[in-house]
Amino acid sequence: MLGRPATETQITHGRRLWLYALGGLVLFFLVLPSLIVVPLSFSDTRFLQFPPPAYSTRWYEAYFGSREWRQATWISFAAAFLTTVLSTGLGTLAAYSLHTMSGRAPRVIYAFFMMPLIVPAILVAIGTFLLYAQLGLNNTLTGIVLAHSTMAIPLVVITVASGLKSYDMNQEMVARSLGASRPRAFLTVTLPQIRIPVVTAALLAFITSLDEVTISLFVAGGDYATMTKRMFNALRDEIDPTIAAISTLLVALSVALLAASQFASRGEKR
Amino acid sequence: MTAATAQGPNAEELRADARRERLVLGALAAPGLLLIGIVALAPIAWLFWLSVRKGDSYTLEHYARLLHSSYAYSLQTTFELTFLVTAICALLGYPLAYLIAQARQRTAAILLLFVLFPVWTSLLVRCYAWLVLLQRRGLVNTWLADAGLIDLPLRLVHNFTGTTIGMVHIMLPFMVLPLYATMRAIDRDYVRAAANLGATPSQAFRHVYVPLSLPGLAAGIIIVFILCLGFYVTPALLGGGRVMTWSMQIERNVTYHSDWGAASALGVVLLAMALAIFWAVGRVIGFNRILGGR
Repeated sequence: MLGRPATETQITHGRRLWLYALGGLVLFFLVLPSLIVVPLSFSDTRFLQFPPPAYSTRWYEAYFGSREWRQATWISFAAAFLTTVLSTGLGTLAAYSLHTMSGRAPRVIYAFFMMPLIVPAILVAIGTFLLYAQLGLNNTLTGIVLAHSTMAIPLVVITVASGLKSYDMNQEMVARSLGASRPRAFLTVTLPQIRIPVVTAALLAFITSLDEVTISLFVAGGDYATMTKRMFNALRDEIDPTIAAISTLLVALSVALLAASQFASRGEKR
Repeated sequence: MTAATAQGPNAEELRADARRERLVLGALAAPGLLLIGIVALAPIAWLFWLSVRKGDSYTLEHYARLLHSSYAYSLQTTFELTFLVTAICALLGYPLAYLIAQARQRTAAILLLFVLFPVWTSLLVRCYAWLVLLQRRGLVNTWLADAGLIDLPLRLVHNFTGTTIGMVHIMLPFMVLPLYATMRAIDRDYVRAAANLGATPSQAFRHVYVPLSLPGLAAGIIIVFILCLGFYVTPALLGGGRVMTWSMQIERNVTYHSDWGAASALGVVLLAMALAIFWAVGRVIGFNRILGGR
């Protein structure tokens, strides 16, 4: 095994064991730290000992028993759901629109859509805060959803646009020549065929909103503080093990969403 | 999409029809553009305006203040952190992407899941994990002490070291993914040809594989660099107040001093740096490669 060639260059597996070791270590580095929160969340003590001296679910009880955390969780999920609906809709329409254009225009518009990813989040955060102060949108669900959508739309456009690349628009032409209107042709012919990128985009939009920290720090407060804002403040002040319980639940959710996105793209290959 | 040139008696009407349809289709992008334009980008233009205003007149005073040593120091910190994190990500990300790109399809898919997992995990969860791991009596210090490598616990967090470790963890996937995409597309026959022509493995790698993978490396570097430059959350949490980055200065000026002039000037400089770097690299390797678009 070790003496067999590993690549076209005829280098053997044995001579690049160090490379496998390094790759393995980097993968561990990527994955393990996030998992450390799981055993900690079941610890019986305030102190972050590892392994925990005794196990309990007290930090989960603290989380579910706290009105503030429940409220923040509700706001975060409501914002994530509404952001998903809004940004998936607008982003898919935009990607479709760009796909039908020709010439230089789509490149320029595409670049514009990417701006929220390039502009540092702190800048968008204080700018949006300033705007919302005028409009009275600070500390409102509407404000949070609109701001999160500006972050999610670019990801939806990227994902759906790349899905449309492998879609043959002539199918829509056929539907229309048979009498379907353009919206009907889009909904019954195009959309079902790009459903996987659209679902992936929706999952991305959901996790983007749920994880968004920087903008939420500025525009979400009071009864409308998001979970991320409360977590950020808790982490800055003192390390409360309740955060470990919340983190564990969030990691479980991430795994579920990642699995869902993989499941969706697996279906596509068949 | 529409007929190239309409001919015949009703050509004029057909052309008008085609024009109308192009307009309607183009308008579908408008709601998204408007939302981004109004909520995210217009306020930044407003910040630009605020950065050159004092009372009712124009001034460069806010920019002049940026020359003060505390700002110069945070700019230096920001760049040190950005360069260091980008370099470490490139050094760790390249071998990993290389291995995944050479693995069989099924293995590669599983390995990529390990790379994607952190991306889908909450940023704050990961910062929290590093706080726990790196603190004075945290896991890393305990292990090092048990292994007899250290006598006193190392200061690993609430400083530059902790911030660097946390940022590398967050940025690494953004290096690996574009690298992997480029490497997967490399035609391995080139490497085979080099080997056939007598190149040693390291020669074939250096002279054939590395040059072909450079666009992916450049894309990864630029993404990580720009993200690091404006990053706020991780330095604020893992730096423990000892690491003061440019983005934290912006936050401070708004939150503690309500000094919108200074915050805006800082923001304009940050944005200018990010766009300049993006533009410069985009000119060389192509914007679409960076953004993975069309």
